Amino acid sequence: MTTLDAKIPSGPMAQKWSNHRFNLKLVNPANKRKYDIIVVGTGLAGAGAAASLGELGYNVLSLCFQDSARRAHSIAAQGGINAAKNYQNDGDSVHRLFYDTVKGGDYRAREANVHRLAEISVNIIDQCVSQGVPFAREYGGLLSNRSFGGAQVSRTFYARGQTGQQLLLGAYQALMRQVKAGSVKLKTRCEMLDVVIIDGHAKGIITRDLVTGTIERYSADAVCLATGGYANAFFLSTNAMGCNVSATHRAYKRGAFFANPCYTQIHPTCIPVSGEHQSKLTLMSESLRNDGRVWVPKKKGDTRAASLIPDAEREYFLEERYPAFGNLVPRDVASRAAKTVCDDGRGVGPGGYGVYLDFRDVIKRDGREKVAAKYGNLFDIYHEITAESAYEVPMRIYPAPHYTMGGLWVDYNLMSTIPGLFVLGEANFSDHGANRLGASALMQGLADGFFVIPYTIGGYLAEQKPRQYDTQHAAFDDAEREVTAKLDRLLAVKGDKPVDEFHKRLGRLMWDHCGMARNEAGLKGLLQEIPKLRDQFWQQVNVKGSKGSLNQNLERAGRVADFLEFGELMALDALERRESCGGHFREEFQAEDGEAKRDDENFCHVSAWQYQGDTTKPELHKEPLTFEEVKLTQRSYK
Amino acid sequence: MKFTLKLWRQKGRTEPGAFETRVVEGVSEDMSFLEMLDKMNNEIEAAKDGVEPFAFDSDCREGICGTCSMVIGGRPHGPGELSTTCQIYMREFKDGETITVEPFRAAAFPVLRDSVVDRSAFDRIIGAGGYVSTNTGGAPDANALPISKADAELAMDAAQCIGCGACVAVCKNASAMLFTSAKVSHLVSLPQGKVERTPRVLAMVKQMDQEGFGNCTNEGECEAVCPKGISISHIARMNREYVRAKLFGA
Ligand SMILES: Cc1cc2nc3c(=O)[nH]c(=O)nc-3n(C[C@H](O)[C@H](O)[C@H](O)COP(=O)(O)OP(=O)(O)OC[C@H]3O[C@@H](n4cnc5c(N)ncnc54)[C@H](O)[C@@H]3O)c2cc1C
Ligand code: FES
Repeated sequence: MTTLDAKIPSGPMAQKWSNHRFNLKLVNPANKRKYDIIVVGTGLAGAGAAASLGELGYNVLSLCFQDSARRAHSIAAQGGINAAKNYQNDGDSVHRLFYDTVKGGDYRAREANVHRLAEISVNIIDQCVSQGVPFAREYGGLLSNRSFGGAQVSRTFYARGQTGQQLLLGAYQALMRQVKAGSVKLKTRCEMLDVVIIDGHAKGIITRDLVTGTIERYSADAVCLATGGYANAFFLSTNAMGCNVSATHRAYKRGAFFANPCYTQIHPTCIPVSGEHQSKLTLMSESLRNDGRVWVPKKKGDTRAASLIPDAEREYFLEERYPAFGNLVPRDVASRAAKTVCDDGRGVGPGGYGVYLDFRDVIKRDGREKVAAKYGNLFDIYHEITAESAYEVPMRIYPAPHYTMGGLWVDYNLMSTIPGLFVLGEANFSDHGANRLGASALMQGLADGFFVIPYTIGGYLAEQKPRQYDTQHAAFDDAEREVTAKLDRLLAVKGDKPVDEFHKRLGRLMWDHCGMARNEAGLKGLLQEIPKLRDQFWQQVNVKGSKGSLNQNLERAGRVADFLEFGELMALDALERRESCGGHFREEFQAEDGEAKRDDENFCHVSAWQYQGDTTKPELHKEPLTFEEVKLTQRSYK
Repeated sequence: MKFTLKLWRQKGRTEPGAFETRVVEGVSEDMSFLEMLDKMNNEIEAAKDGVEPFAFDSDCREGICGTCSMVIGGRPHGPGELSTTCQIYMREFKDGETITVEPFRAAAFPVLRDSVVDRSAFDRIIGAGGYVSTNTGGAPDANALPISKADAELAMDAAQCIGCGACVAVCKNASAMLFTSAKVSHLVSLPQGKVERTPRVLAMVKQMDQEGFGNCTNEGECEAVCPKGISISHIARMNREYVRAKLFGA
């Protein structure tokens, strides 16, 4: 085991980033166009990075698997984006955002990164407004804010319920401007299938053109992965269908360490699963918890209609357990509480895995019209999916996988353990510790893309001779051969089972044993089950068509094959982390009242895994976390 | 529930296409239309024959990414109002019904396979001028320039466009006026976007024409089928912007 060096700059917390920017080497403006940079992904992190690097004069190749850069999964974010602007004069500051994020992450994030994020948050809003992002405004013309995800200040900026869409369109438009200017070349419907490493440095990628099936090689002086999160390891999640772990998993297999894979976020307010056919889950905005009251019947197996259950026979379990925060406790706490009451046999709806989110009282207090003005569109979505009206009967909600805090390990410069390979946005592990606060992922994606990578990549490139290698190098031959062999292998199985079946079975296993609550026996069992399922996949899956054409069957099969390997790493990490923290709840490690119990003595570190071959256990490396500014305490929301 | 699907099958851009009929049984009314197609594709995948799954695009499956794009029963995005293909549920159909499924058709949207089309023309229209020319870094404080709530709301109404292309698919002229005007209107509603209003509208309209989209003859079908309810008043606004740019130049 080696101790990882995060390259955190010295000096006082509040000056680290500005000192570091000054100390970073610069690439001379005239030389920038001699450097080629590949940016995989066009979400907030990737589009922001590609556009900004193009503006600086670098020669950029940007890619995504969707048919347009504008459709990256960031588009789906609803609630908003945090920034320490203190426009509301309610006591917010860079320090408070920093503090809340470190605490919210249950003290498992790197302080210096979080502080930088909080500092940059204010620039992001300025930048987005200048791009024409139509944030909500007050009558006086100034920007409007709301409080979100249990924060005690109003620091969330939003554009109706479509904040991610508007931010992504801003970044996408900046990207298309660079495409037009010729500094960025954009390839859509293109999937990265491997990273090419030459002399220990990332110097290119192998891709498959998803329309023609052509395998292509691209060389570069540095590669940035901004490929999003891996919540689809659970099959059912709030993520888009195409979200996958392939890019980061392949980088891991090429030597990049994977950090904290067991840190996953389960969002408390999603529409419950309705049946086997379900392909994904839909998030109901967290803002509903501001007015909706969460409850279940006190009696087990109570099948009466909600309206027939009198108040005395209802348990408002969040309000009762957490009187200070009530229905607004952080996501991990709310999710776990819902699981507990359902496991106890008191869940509602088909299958018994649901709890009520009831608007009866607010409708009585404020009237239907006022409630409709606030939540009307969410009630409509709910109605569309469930055919039930939340004005008449309480919504049914249940937690669902939503976000992944784990990701490829990066240092302060966002560089992975492979020199020249940078990782941005949800794909890296850096800023949220063991639990992410609402409205902080959009902030991190844009911070990484707009304001961190343009500086830190220069520090790396300044020491590299431009265009040292081309795609004729033997390393490209090898990588391409491996990629092609894997595609051929998938097509050659010719079993009789659809790809989805394996993905669903994996998802079920992960959800049961590596979801909201985990324990040693379950995780050990999982580590036995996944390899078996993987073997069955490679014997029984049927992938139709050829690799030389548009073949969605083959695309899905490749992604599921990677999840079937990666799930094991999640389980291993969860097993090794013998404590509870944030989204990682180990049943053996809880306080008497059922709350998560951290073990700062033994686990105040980042776990980073190094691949050792398909049949050997990966090696664990640790990055100790030290806290200078924030005192470690047990989180309490009571 | 049981349905007979008439699916448009086409192997590639230059290959001829034709309808294929398939029956799907055991459909639950709680399934989304795409989940029904998933079920059908799973059955195709499990069968040891040469038939390939039906190709269709989708990603977010909640009506925001604009990826899904099918003409269902003759209407882009199917029977629902203000919804995308992925927001259609089987309870909206009658048991036993025959449903046709086709791609969004337009000269500027070539078919790549089955219902999958190439909509990159939209990206090139945005690239022609659908942005504010501001580099990362130099922006003033976000509250330095107050913007009236009315203008911000108007901008947001237009900016909601998801770029799906239903407006083009439904239009007998395959016109992209609703899409293009939504971006012109979004940006010209805001002071940040006003600076480049003249070159923007000229370049975007020129690109739109070059891509082979047709003219607008005020049929209004685009607004009716738009999943986000983008109003055709934006087209009128773009026309005014265009005339203004032509007459008065910069
Ligand atoms: C429903 C929902 C609501 C949310 N709401 C909020 C919110 O209100 N506030 C908030 O802060 N956060 C929210 N989040 C989280 C946030 O949206 C994401 O964490 C964030 O947008 C991720 O951005 P990204 O740029 O890292 O990745 P993404 O936006 O996921 O982009 C990934 C990109 O990588 C590309 N890609 C992936 N793999 C490959 C490959 N192998 N080859 C080529 N390209 C590839 C994709 O094409 C895509 O362009 C929400 C998430 C969900 C699911
Ligand atoms: S799949 Fe995203 S809008 Fe339909």
